[in-house]
Amino acid sequence: MPDSPADVRPPLRSSEIRYVAKNMRLDLRLIAEMIPRGARVLDIGCGDGALLAHLTAEKGADARGIEIDMAAATQAVAAGLAVIQGDADHDLAFYPDGAFDYVVLSRTLQAVEKPREVLRQMLRIGRHAIVSFPNFGHWIVRWQLLATGRMPMTSTWHRPWHETPNIHPCTIRDFFELCALDGYVVEEWLAVDEHGLKAPWRRSPRLANLFGEQALFQLRRR
Amino acid sequence: MTTHVAPFPQVDHQRALFAEGMRLECGVTIAPVAVAYRTYGRLNAARSNAILICHALTGDQYVAERHPLTGRAGWWESIVGPGKPLDTDRYFLICANVLGGCMGSTGPREEMTDPAGRPLGRPWGTDFPNVTIRDMVGAQKMLVDHLGIPRLLAVVGGSMGGMQVLEWAATYPDAVFAAAPIATAAYHSAQNIAFHEVGRAAIHADPDWKGGRYWEDGRVPAQGLSVARMVAHITYLSEQALTRKFGRRLRGAAALTFLEDVFEVESYLRHQGSTFVRRFDANSYLTITRAMDYFDLAAEHEGDLAAAFRGTATRFFVASFSSDWLFPTSESRAIVRALNAAAANVSFVEIASDKGHDAFLLEEPEFHRALGGFLAGAADRVGA
Repeated sequence: MPDSPADVRPPLRSSEIRYVAKNMRLDLRLIAEMIPRGARVLDIGCGDGALLAHLTAEKGADARGIEIDMAAATQAVAAGLAVIQGDADHDLAFYPDGAFDYVVLSRTLQAVEKPREVLRQMLRIGRHAIVSFPNFGHWIVRWQLLATGRMPMTSTWHRPWHETPNIHPCTIRDFFELCALDGYVVEEWLAVDEHGLKAPWRRSPRLANLFGEQALFQLRRR
Repeated sequence: MTTHVAPFPQVDHQRALFAEGMRLECGVTIAPVAVAYRTYGRLNAARSNAILICHALTGDQYVAERHPLTGRAGWWESIVGPGKPLDTDRYFLICANVLGGCMGSTGPREEMTDPAGRPLGRPWGTDFPNVTIRDMVGAQKMLVDHLGIPRLLAVVGGSMGGMQVLEWAATYPDAVFAAAPIATAAYHSAQNIAFHEVGRAAIHADPDWKGGRYWEDGRVPAQGLSVARMVAHITYLSEQALTRKFGRRLRGAAALTFLEDVFEVESYLRHQGSTFVRRFDANSYLTITRAMDYFDLAAEHEGDLAAAFRGTATRFFVASFSSDWLFPTSESRAIVRALNAAAANVSFVEIASDKGHDAFLLEEPEFHRALGGFLAGAADRVGA
């Protein structure tokens, strides 16, 4: 349910403008660019709420979040944001169909228990899903596994296999295949480097899969 | 333990009187109805900064000042005051003694009236009708209307106070901009009803209770009420908190003598019991525990809690405490999930604390930060 329309909202107090776009993680800036004004947004894995605060302040969005980490969730709530402590695997099922225009899952898909089910829920409760994930098909990952015979350790995949929360790594091509399998329309996609800068492989999933460190997809149901 | 304790003295309370009275859920109309209340801070010109605080089972309206009977500090001074999360410099805070209570609102200890509203020269006692959480909220609504407040910025409360918050949001959604149900549940569990029944049984078993007509002898069922308080107090704490505070330590002895040993935890509970009977009325205790037991917000929606909140524009802040086993996190999460199903705007945090249910009353900085931020965010939105 939206709050009062954007044009009648009172001016924001300085305490409310805690995050500005330039301080935001670059991949979140890219996501923010994909979301139109006044949208109803659910950010799964919202952290301290940087994207939510930005969307609320700059785009008049009705933005809500779910965060698994209690300290981060508390920080977001203390900043006046509508965030619940919870997780993608267990809490999405309770939202009604079509409750949101956009459901965002940034850098979290690879860490959930059931990625396919989470995607299904995202596209049930939202008209669009925006998903970003680290690409396990990047050439350095491939090279390390080939050359050393051990699990890759890169700036993106930097935790040893027995400690990593990333239990479901996938590549960009894997993700395209899952979308095809479950009948999702890829409305937009891009591959970016670790800092979220767009990389020039827009036309070729194969090249993106080799050179893109992070992938960003916008999906909808067919 | 003391026996033959006299009733606590009558003191004057600030009250609003409603001659027309109110019709209760049980079908009985009581008139007039008195609502005793306190306010803190100032109502702004737009009347947009009022926050109603709902107290718990044995709380009262003296939230942030010396209690007129006990002389002790207000029960929520950790959170209410200038610059605190419930900021008296910014908000106008109201707290009313619940219907059925014993600090000045109409209840078993007040003078009984007949259906025409004529005083009968004796207290209601056990003739006081059964009240519900919704009745309590109805009485608060009369007070809020009387104070000329069209919409509350927020309704805030823990435990039974949280039940009232949920009831407010469900019954008067347009009158509640933000709601903060804390350490509470949408229904009273079988286990909680069971603990209440132990307390009630203790009161009933006290010969001084006299079927509820103890005022005739000028004494109160102190033994029974004290035991009820002791049992209840255990449920307010956690095993860790009891261990941390008392462990197996003995009072005035280093080791067991097997003679007159008193564990510190026993002595503490006895103290809790004996001080309670000097500020609380046994028949009120029976009435209010019943009201909590009756509470089940989903019941009138065929068990669908989300239906109680469908279409709500109220913003919610739900909080629980990790070691609270009386109103565990699972109950708060059930509220959150129902609110999500109703597409409501909801925040939820589970605060890590070893203090049990009582944590909501105590120094819990994370909780205070979250609640304060939620309220400030709501106030910013309405320009209060």
